[in-house]
Amino acid sequence: MLAFLSSRLLRMTITLWAIVTAVFLATRLTGNPIDFLMPEGLDAVSRAEMIAYWGLDRPIAEQYLLFWKSLLSGDFGLGLMERRPVAVIFSERLWQSASLLLATLALTIAVGVPLGILAALWRGQPRGQGVLFIAFMGYAVPNFVLAILLLLIFSYTLHWLPSAGSATLLHYVMPTVALAAYFVAALTRYTRNAMLDVLSEDYMRTARAKGLSESAIILRHGLRNALIPVITVLGLQITTLVSGAVVVETVFAWNGVGDLLVGATLRRDYPVLQFGVLVVASTVILVNFAIDLAYAASDPRVRLVGA
Amino acid sequence: MTEIADAKLMLPPRRLPRLRLPALGGANMLVTAAALLGLLLLALAILAPLISPFEPDQQRLLARLKPPIGSTGANPLHWLGTDQLGRDLLSRCLHGLRLTLALALFGSLLGLAIGAALGLAAGLLRGWADALIMGLVDIMMSLPFTLVALFVVALAGTDVTVLICVLGIAYWAHFARLIRAQVLSLREMPFVEAARAAGAGPWRIATVHMIPNLISPVVVMASLNFSNLILLESALSFLGLGVQPPTATLGSMVGQGRDYMASAPWIVAIPALFIVLVSLVAMLLGDALRDRLDPRLRGR
Repeated sequence: MLAFLSSRLLRMTITLWAIVTAVFLATRLTGNPIDFLMPEGLDAVSRAEMIAYWGLDRPIAEQYLLFWKSLLSGDFGLGLMERRPVAVIFSERLWQSASLLLATLALTIAVGVPLGILAALWRGQPRGQGVLFIAFMGYAVPNFVLAILLLLIFSYTLHWLPSAGSATLLHYVMPTVALAAYFVAALTRYTRNAMLDVLSEDYMRTARAKGLSESAIILRHGLRNALIPVITVLGLQITTLVSGAVVVETVFAWNGVGDLLVGATLRRDYPVLQFGVLVVASTVILVNFAIDLAYAASDPRVRLVGA
Repeated sequence: MTEIADAKLMLPPRRLPRLRLPALGGANMLVTAAALLGLLLLALAILAPLISPFEPDQQRLLARLKPPIGSTGANPLHWLGTDQLGRDLLSRCLHGLRLTLALALFGSLLGLAIGAALGLAAGLLRGWADALIMGLVDIMMSLPFTLVALFVVALAGTDVTVLICVLGIAYWAHFARLIRAQVLSLREMPFVEAARAAGAGPWRIATVHMIPNLISPVVVMASLNFSNLILLESALSFLGLGVQPPTATLGSMVGQGRDYMASAPWIVAIPALFIVLVSLVAMLLGDALRDRLDPRLRGR
């Protein structure tokens, strides 16, 4: 366990270091960062002043240390559009994104697990195939297209749901559905496969032989073992989820981090983008690390390797 | 390093669950239908300049915001209607489809080239080169790719070349990982050992003995990634980070038509349905190809 932990920790540290270094180098190699950091049309004197202020005239090694220092203190200057510290702009939107991701996870589990169980129980029947077809559509329809189609139907035609913003619970419905569709599809398939494996296990036959009702067998013995795929899907899909959220937030004018980053890219608001990329990437890597640990803790086969 | 590799072996493979085709009316019928539809879409894309009734960027301001034929107020010249500038939606969709497919193709080839070079190098050279390359692969795969794309676009600007590069780096890590794994298992095969014993150098082993055996799994992965790249290109263009107006891909048509969703929903609905169609066909065919080329999966 300790060896497993330390090897994962080492890999994570290297990854984080590499990302920070890549961002640092990319901004230095593609021109003087001051041209990204400052609005266009800056006169030569102020440009030189700003270069000195940000330490961009110093040796590259010293700049690198400065870069780390400002990253760790969260001080990456002011956003070009809002003229406020990027860390503040960022933190204001964090909860918006987090709540959308949590709602998506909840919906994914609430729909994907039952669908997967049903698909396994209805194996070889038309209704089982129907469930699989729904899952296939979830894979094939991209989230932004689904989002647009939902908007056209439920906002612009039926006027049931609000089209933009995040003020009420109703605002959550369409973004959550658009984002969750793909993951529901993935989880349905995972759960179905796991359930099919579990259903043929000896202990299931034993449970049946000792006279348990069919629903008790499925829920008590089957589901518990089939739930392992939930963790697997979460681990596999965190990066896809964050990528998807960036797009879906833009469609629904959701005041989250994704919407902020897309806007920052379109407007060349470089301080915001740089900070956002670093923070989101690190968060994703940390979350993935936590999921790996949860997986190692729950699966004895993983634990054995470290011993 | 072995410890790390061992620990990784015990974790589930980092990829999507296999997509099983629903056997609606027989899987073969579905695949045949998808193949015919795919050929039709391909023909439409290739012939777009010849068969489009209008130039894709040609504005007819007197025929603005016309709905598709069949609805009231439609203009019989514009089968699928026109957008806010009076551009013919059918012509724009055909040209957009053409560009989307071309970009996904170039992106696939670029990703394949990078992935093949690095994967082969990692598998054949091993040691430090392997550790370095696989470290890069791990980093790539642990990042949400949209972030990478945003960062590259912000630095390099929006441009077709940049877009192809972004699509190319999207999946190189997947190719590299696959090819390295194949190379590592191939190099222990008796025929490769025999070639080595007979004095063949690494270059000859790579070109004569390895690459022919890599083609089938690589084709499968390329076809699956192709449909992912179509979606990635559409998403980037939708966000305004891909091709720039007036040039259209299906994704950018959806993105730019959003302002007219209330009054002229067909402007976004038609390219959106095109994307769904293309994506469905590409996924079905990629899946069918994998089942066909990977004998281990037959009958499962």
